Amino acid sequence: MLHIPCPYCGPRDETEFHYGAEAHIAYPENPQSLDDAQWAKFVFIKANPKGWLAERWVHSAGCRRWFNVWRNTITHEFGPSYKPFTQQPKSPV
Amino acid sequence: MSNANFTFDGKKYTGVSGESLASALLRNGVVHFTNSSYKDRPRGLMGLWVEEPNALVNIDSGPGEPMKASTTIELVDGLVVRSSQGVGDLPDTRDNSRYDKVNRHVDVLVVGAGTAGLTAAKKFAALGKDVIVMDDQPGPGGHARHLGTEISAELLAVLDLANVTYLPRTTVQGLYDQGYLVATERRTDHLDAKVHTEVSRIRTWHIRADHTVLATGAFQRHLVFANNDRPGIMLSHSAATYVTRGANPFKTAVVVTIDNQGYRDALRLHEAGVTVAAVIDIRDAASGPAIAAVNSAGIRVITGKTALDSAASDSGQVCCLTIAKADGTQSETIDADLVAISGGWTPIVHLATFIGIKPTWDPALAAFVVKRDDKLTSTAGMLAGDFGDDNEAAVFFGPQLTTEQAEVAFVDYQRDATVRDFNRAIGAGMRSIEHVKRYTSIGTAHDQGKTSGTTTMGLIGQALGKAPDEIGSLTFRPPYISIPFAALAGRDRGLLSDPIRTTPIHAWHEKAGAPMEDVGQWKRPWFFPKNSENMHAAVLRECAAVREDVGVMDASTLGKIDLQGKDVGEFLDLIYTNMFSTLKVGMSRYGLMCGVDGMVFDDGVTTRISENHWLMTTTTGGAAKVLDWLEEWLQTEWTDLEVFCTSVTEQISTVAIVGPKSRELMSRLAPDLDVSNEAFAFMENKYADVAGVPARIARISFSGELAYEINVPGSFGLHIWEKVMSQGADLNITPYGTESMHVLRAEKGFVIVGQETDGTQTPQDLDMDWIVSKKKEDFIGKRSFARVDTSREGRHQLVGILPDDGSFVIPEGAYLVAGSDEKTPPPVAHIGYVTSSYASAALGRSFALALVANGLARKGEKIAVPMAGRVVTGIITDSVFVDKENARRDG
Repeated sequence: MLHIPCPYCGPRDETEFHYGAEAHIAYPENPQSLDDAQWAKFVFIKANPKGWLAERWVHSAGCRRWFNVWRNTITHEFGPSYKPFTQQPKSPV
Repeated sequence: MSNANFTFDGKKYTGVSGESLASALLRNGVVHFTNSSYKDRPRGLMGLWVEEPNALVNIDSGPGEPMKASTTIELVDGLVVRSSQGVGDLPDTRDNSRYDKVNRHVDVLVVGAGTAGLTAAKKFAALGKDVIVMDDQPGPGGHARHLGTEISAELLAVLDLANVTYLPRTTVQGLYDQGYLVATERRTDHLDAKVHTEVSRIRTWHIRADHTVLATGAFQRHLVFANNDRPGIMLSHSAATYVTRGANPFKTAVVVTIDNQGYRDALRLHEAGVTVAAVIDIRDAASGPAIAAVNSAGIRVITGKTALDSAASDSGQVCCLTIAKADGTQSETIDADLVAISGGWTPIVHLATFIGIKPTWDPALAAFVVKRDDKLTSTAGMLAGDFGDDNEAAVFFGPQLTTEQAEVAFVDYQRDATVRDFNRAIGAGMRSIEHVKRYTSIGTAHDQGKTSGTTTMGLIGQALGKAPDEIGSLTFRPPYISIPFAALAGRDRGLLSDPIRTTPIHAWHEKAGAPMEDVGQWKRPWFFPKNSENMHAAVLRECAAVREDVGVMDASTLGKIDLQGKDVGEFLDLIYTNMFSTLKVGMSRYGLMCGVDGMVFDDGVTTRISENHWLMTTTTGGAAKVLDWLEEWLQTEWTDLEVFCTSVTEQISTVAIVGPKSRELMSRLAPDLDVSNEAFAFMENKYADVAGVPARIARISFSGELAYEINVPGSFGLHIWEKVMSQGADLNITPYGTESMHVLRAEKGFVIVGQETDGTQTPQDLDMDWIVSKKKEDFIGKRSFARVDTSREGRHQLVGILPDDGSFVIPEGAYLVAGSDEKTPPPVAHIGYVTSSYASAALGRSFALALVANGLARKGEKIAVPMAGRVVTGIITDSVFVDKENARRDG
């Protein structure tokens, strides 16, 4: 079970959280102006790198707040977590 | 030391209290324990602890337990066991033992209380860390305990420190990410053979450790030669340990070794009074203190040879051993009733591989080891390759065998898997351990390859001329040993297995004899049987009462989210497909929400309580998911919107009175309220005292009938319900459950998200284009409706189905094919499936809702439902069956 660092509450067990996939994918300014391929990219395409990925999680059974956190998809190690709309910390190495 | 009487396979024996059952049986001269599961070959004891592949038993005394290694059972008076020929049987009585769970956070968790584990514990305790030491054996000491050598009192003293917790008989079953581990502590089985109810039998520990030290030690492994499975052929470390403790049915031993450990065990056998006929060492030369000691004890040493084959006496026990060079050229035969094998050490890498660490092969030790020292995890002792000073070894797993010999040379005893099986796998082209394992079933039995894993990799390597770690990696999965399910459940059994949510009216439903339906964690009354009615009869009666008189339903389980803030309207315009910002205060509106992919996600009615205060309802099962969804958009996209969301599901009780006579009933319940259609219109909300309780009354209908939903503070729910029942007695007030609710809404073609939808339906697919706003610039899902895929031909669309035989209810989930020609030769393409199907009192016949490819354009077409043995036919219709004009909702 992952130990996820909520930036508001501190590290908590994975069972308190829900996953929100890749972070920093903004809802398009004007969806109707996008063609099918551009819209599909927003809706369906998420990065799945081998290594570090900035992800969104929500502390559903805790403070109920969404946040971003770096996670290594191979080792499951967590890097720094940070609140939405704050400066993104550099990717851990 | 006291004696303990026990029964094995119906025979009574006496052993020493606290020794292992295996040891007690050996003490009583039982060498042949059982027969193997597949080939029925006589088998005896091999090992010392959980690595034991042969000597498994079923325990019949106390709470009972199937397939336990006799090596791990501490002997208690009154123990009753049966040998298990590879098959366990569960006791057929309920286990009344208590099981518990503990959660702990700790600075350092040390797995293993041997010399290495205690040394690590001492180091961390001195730094002021909070330390837990877990060990699966009854006492500390690890190998030192078995070797009979004294572990220093100074080292043992670490276990008494205030910041150190020592848990014996505690098996770490799984190690997971970020220092999370699960362990089971056996607390009563060693006390006596009774069911204990005052203290938990097994306590499951859930630990989060900042740092975990793995000092798990090692098992010895066997060698692969012909007839290597006879009773009397044992691992040398085990044999020497048993006989040293006085469990000695043996006279003459031969020790077969690849390392210096075999010499140490030969000496221990010799000192315990067993005649050691010879030590057979595959190495041409070996040196070290153990070898010198064997030489000076006058024990014969044969080098450059190994075991090739064995023979048995009439009892099945080994009687002599044929030895040979590695290439299989035979040299001599030696008489012995004990063949002690030292095939090398296999460090217990399980926990390390659970967290993805790959063991590395150390040829000098002939072992897979794990050297790790990072923030989360470190390894120590034999696992880390610290085998002591006198441990030279050869990389050797067994001699060259003929086909006949290979047939009886066992790699995995529990699976009766031989070198012949193994050669077939290699011959069939398998090269990876994963493939060989699956082809031969090696490593898949009760012991999960504890003794055979390294041997298998070694043999593949030997066959292909590669090092064992070039074949793949050893991968184990939790649990480390089998665990009773009851131990994992702890106290969460029966009623406590999952939270149960009930409404304040629940007791009334139960008293009325309503069977309950599980909706998420909620218990909802399914139907209210009168006399001895079955569900079919009850539902027809309930539905008829709703359509003709008045029914009452407990709708308190609907998810409710309180929304406040000046921007709620604007927010709801983005969340729902239809318009909400224009909703007038005091009005309710039905809304549909979609995901960004345009697929229907949830639905419900939202009410504008005041200018900046709204109340959203969600499906009973969808409340938590919707709340997360709202928060996601508010927190991560539209942060400028002022909206606050609070779950109020349990704070409000909702009693719905439904049917043409509900207006009369409502006026009786709230005499001050003008209930006329002009004063209180559809989708309006009014506030009034209902039976002395301030209530919000909403004219909302999920059946198409005139209906009032009475919302009161949660705890008044039962009071309102009882008033409804008494005031409506002469109106044929009829309580109804979820089944009638489903029928009534289906007759109107109202969808249930999750029943008519499976996450692949757009509103248009559900024939609900009317709810998709054409005015709004954007809302979640809008852009996806214009995607090629969501607007293509052939999508499954919601339609009604009327079976030709109106007395037949098509099973939900049934597939539909086009036409009604029963003679269409297969394969026949299916065009859709039934989502809801009921018998209708209003229609006097059966009907169904279905999702059918291009369904909306197919109304009037014939369909067929292939059933087992016959074909049922029917016709595609509109999805609304009752009151298409919505004439009934106003009464």
